[in-house]
Amino acid sequence: MGGHLNINHLMFLGQGALWTIGLSTIALIGGGIVGFVIALARISPLRSVRLASAVYVQLVQGTPLLVILFLGYFGLAAIGLQVSPLAAAGASLTLYVAAYLGEIWRGCIESVPKPQWEAAEGLALSRTQRMMKVILPQAIRIATPPTVGFMVQIIKNTSLASVVGFVELMRSGQIVNNSLFEPFAIYAIIAVVYFAMCYPLSLFSQRLERRMGRGRSNLAPA
Amino acid sequence: MQQNPSPSEPIVSLRDVQKSFGALRVLDGVSFAVERGEVLALIGRSGSGKSTALRCIDRFEKVDGGEIVVCGHRVDRPDVDLRALRQDVGIVFQSYNLFPHLTIEQNITLAPCAVKGMAASQARDLARKVLAQVGLEEKLHAYPEQLSGGQQQRAAIARSLAMQPKVMLFDEVTSALDPELTAEVLKVIEQLAADGMTMVMVTHEMGFAKGIADRIVFMHRGKVHETGPASILTSPTTPELMQFVGTGNLKS
Repeated sequence: MGGHLNINHLMFLGQGALWTIGLSTIALIGGGIVGFVIALARISPLRSVRLASAVYVQLVQGTPLLVILFLGYFGLAAIGLQVSPLAAAGASLTLYVAAYLGEIWRGCIESVPKPQWEAAEGLALSRTQRMMKVILPQAIRIATPPTVGFMVQIIKNTSLASVVGFVELMRSGQIVNNSLFEPFAIYAIIAVVYFAMCYPLSLFSQRLERRMGRGRSNLAPA
Repeated sequence: MQQNPSPSEPIVSLRDVQKSFGALRVLDGVSFAVERGEVLALIGRSGSGKSTALRCIDRFEKVDGGEIVVCGHRVDRPDVDLRALRQDVGIVFQSYNLFPHLTIEQNITLAPCAVKGMAASQARDLARKVLAQVGLEEKLHAYPEQLSGGQQQRAAIARSLAMQPKVMLFDEVTSALDPELTAEVLKVIEQLAADGMTMVMVTHEMGFAKGIADRIVFMHRGKVHETGPASILTSPTTPELMQFVGTGNLKS
């Protein structure tokens, strides 16, 4: 009990930080893939597909991430499905991120001017061709700043995975604190590490936004 | 069902076409036909339904009633093959609508490659050819935003030409341009007419319509109010057309 913060503690925190990055990456990739499907489903010509995806988005956005994490971990266990903390956290965050990225990307796709769709239609391109060759390349440029911005939210939200026992940065801080009882110092360190991860992303997102704001010239890959 | 029209059949024909936006009746029994090689100008005040009529031809608007046949396609039917229709019909918009993320060459080659399965090298040759037609060969590798409005509109015409349509639709294509740029676009359209392209154009350029159109359709309150050869612009028979050409600028 007690003792001082030493290199072992710091290495443990460092390992937690790596898991935070790992879990964020899983959430971004998983959520990105599912979110892309959600975005397309939200603008599907089929009413049932639009409706189903809208319900999904509303359900997830109306539920705290903490509840989703508990459902993923304890809920699945209750119906006999044992999942590791990593799997539960990864799956829960994927579902969560997909709902938000899906909505962000739907907005980006819809913000490509309507006449672009019409011009592509007038050239006899199929719906898939219009989407892949005309709309998405423009939507991706619009989507980049808000997506990078949302990555900051993902990183911060992974801290909630500590409640299901996944040892990421937050949980490793709690564990170290349990042996040292120096909450202020330890959580200050944790805060600084989160900030060090998020701030560069925020800056990058702002820079991207400014560049987009300067007009269409930046749409062209020079 | 969608056989090629015989030479005597019109390329575009509208019969008693009805279209409403909510309670507003935009087209109220519109009928006209365009023969092969003919240039038809749709004129009329804003809100007279001329742009809607044009957009119905390419099925950007679905009609509520009546019959539209374009190059043998029954456009009014719900089961019309839209991709086949749009390979036969080229459309050019007021706002150019070039794809900003693609070069002019890529704008032009996209549809021939994706829709007709044309080889890339062949499509590039085609791009050069159609750009030469509109006098823009040197802009092959430029992006749309690097071009003036007039150049963008000419590139949009070239993009449409690359699909070798049987009929071209022009929806107020010079309305966003100043007089000088308007002239360069009109010159391109004049050349197309001279080459025998079938065209339907919505235009506010009365002098141009008079010079190029084989037939004028004057629309008023969703109906074809007066129609005839270009000479009706100088000697209109209805008071509405008289008033319309009186207020428009008739340069020739």
